Amino acid sequence: MSKLIVFCEHQNQNLKRSSIELLQFGKSKNFEVVGVVLGAEGQKAAEQATANGASEVLFFNDVKLNGYNPELYLAALEAGIKQSGARHVLAPASSAGKDVFPRLAARLDSSIASDCVALTVEGDTLIAKKPLYAGKAFAQVNLKDSPVQIVLMRANQLPVATAGSANPGAVKIVALPAVDLKAILKEVVKGASEKLDLTEANVIVSGGRGLKEAGNFKMLEDMANVLGATVGASRAVVDSGWVSHSMQVGQTGKTVAPTLYIAVGISGAIQHLAGMTGSKVIVAINNDPNAPIFQKATYGIVGDLFEIVPKLTEEFKKLLHK
Amino acid sequence: MKIFVGIKQVPDTETKIKLLPNAAGVDLTGVKFVVNPYDEFAIEEAVKIKEKNPGTQVFAITLGPKQRVSEVLRTALAMGCDEGVVVNSNSELDNLGVAKALAAAIKTEGGCDLLLLGKLAIDDNGSSVGPMIAELLGAPHISVVSKLELTGTTAKVERDIEGGAKEIFEVPLPCVLTANKGLNMPRYASLPGIMKAKKKVLKEYEAETLAAGVCKSKATAFTLPDDKTAVKMIAGDAGAQAQELARMLRDEAKVL
Ligand SMILES: Cc1cc2nc3c(=O)[nH]c(=O)nc-3n(C[C@H](O)[C@H](O)[C@H](O)COP(=O)(O)OP(=O)(O)OC[C@H]3O[C@@H](n4cnc5c(N)ncnc54)[C@H](O)[C@@H]3O)c2cc1C
Repeated sequence: MSKLIVFCEHQNQNLKRSSIELLQFGKSKNFEVVGVVLGAEGQKAAEQATANGASEVLFFNDVKLNGYNPELYLAALEAGIKQSGARHVLAPASSAGKDVFPRLAARLDSSIASDCVALTVEGDTLIAKKPLYAGKAFAQVNLKDSPVQIVLMRANQLPVATAGSANPGAVKIVALPAVDLKAILKEVVKGASEKLDLTEANVIVSGGRGLKEAGNFKMLEDMANVLGATVGASRAVVDSGWVSHSMQVGQTGKTVAPTLYIAVGISGAIQHLAGMTGSKVIVAINNDPNAPIFQKATYGIVGDLFEIVPKLTEEFKKLLHK
Repeated sequence: MKIFVGIKQVPDTETKIKLLPNAAGVDLTGVKFVVNPYDEFAIEEAVKIKEKNPGTQVFAITLGPKQRVSEVLRTALAMGCDEGVVVNSNSELDNLGVAKALAAAIKTEGGCDLLLLGKLAIDDNGSSVGPMIAELLGAPHISVVSKLELTGTTAKVERDIEGGAKEIFEVPLPCVLTANKGLNMPRYASLPGIMKAKKKVLKEYEAETLAAGVCKSKATAFTLPDDKTAVKMIAGDAGAQAQELARMLRDEAKVL
């Protein structure tokens, strides 16, 4: 059995869903899955990794890894790969993943397939499906010739089954190698929202210029709270200063792939579609029956969002017993 | 100070994408190309630094079929870059191949104090080449930067991460930074700038000679997205529409 390393990201001590997807995928393909957990707050996540398919977890239990630092993360991940002898690596296409793994690839004289949406294994080769031109085409990236095969996957692309039981004995504490640090992390400034990031959210409620003014985003927040969703936005409302740029979906914002994307008062300009057509189910609510968003939607409602959104929130409450 | 700006030419978002016969790749004939939008932030930042620090030289560098991709260097020169470097390549290189060729060209040009690129290219959403070049040059990097303050040889940068949070780093030059939206407002090229840029002689390299046979991955089996099934429109008054939609999301789409 080949070894496969999974980068196990955690937040508030819990293993993130994006990493659970990768652990379970590796196990389902009969890899010997090795989890790598970084930071002194990772004990619980390390145990969760063993419950989700990792037969071994390398736990770099070091406070220096509590915040992100590209050079320290690189050193730990490189040590993890060397120590395990793994030639296959999976990681979420997260902020940290997209920052550190390309550099690690170059260090290992390897290529990387990033921002992938599907994954298959042929013999010993990882083959990753990757959207091109904002989802207008796809390619299969074959990593056969890469000394280490590294794939970064978008969140919510792979199924997750119920976890098994944890095996704390499989968690090995590993020391962080010494690094002559150049970049120093000075501070982390928290974002306004404690919700899941758009790139990880399973449900997104997104608003556009049809909302008329900043205060009306409250309606979307109410709906999002019922659904456990994250609120997104079109560029038009970001540029108007109603919401922050971190909420923008699209070509110059975030690429998202939730299970459910609800577009409220968004026309569906090509630059917006570029960021969200990977969503599984798309709902469009717009008073213009000719709005381009309807061409990409699964379900459409032509109507006044100010009437529909509060009613829909009530319906969701009823169905979800909230 | 010497700054390099890495620029990629990408298809305009509005262009329609077709495949080559046998799905061997994407048919680029007739496609309109533009400067990758994130690279515009990198160009603008370099030119702003030059304006504040007289004596700074800004080199714009790109890779691809030289006739076509030289266009982006003309744009960069018109925006205020001083020199243009084109690494000619007519074959599809993967991220490692591109990073190696660009790193080799930058080294041959004597290296730099600062390399700026966009956080990702909108054609393949790669976000890999910047950190890879940093590794190959042995310089630290910070990606997805939305604020940069240079004091002497130290850069203080803000990096955008999940949930609207920011990480603030201090990093010594030489270093590699990739630009996010928010870093600045890219300027339009001036008419005299455009005229001057047209006459500028570009420096040329061949990817084949700089980094031959270095690719380790291959993109194959190109496909177009599945045709979306037609939208289901939900009729009725607002109350009925809301009720029906919620029901369909639960019972039919099974996403609630
Ligand atoms: C280089 C470039 C990059 C870009 N990047 C992005 C990007 O990343 N993300 C992005 O979103 N855009 C981006 N854009 C902008 C994009 O082209 C559109 O301008 C933008 O998406 C429009 O936002 P909108 O749909 O909110 O506004 P509009 O296009 O104004 O649409 C508002 C919609 O609300 C509907 N509406 C109005 N009132 C009601 C009501 N009472 N009830 C129901 N519906 C109502 C209208 O029918 C309309 O369809 C980019 C543009 C360029 C040139």
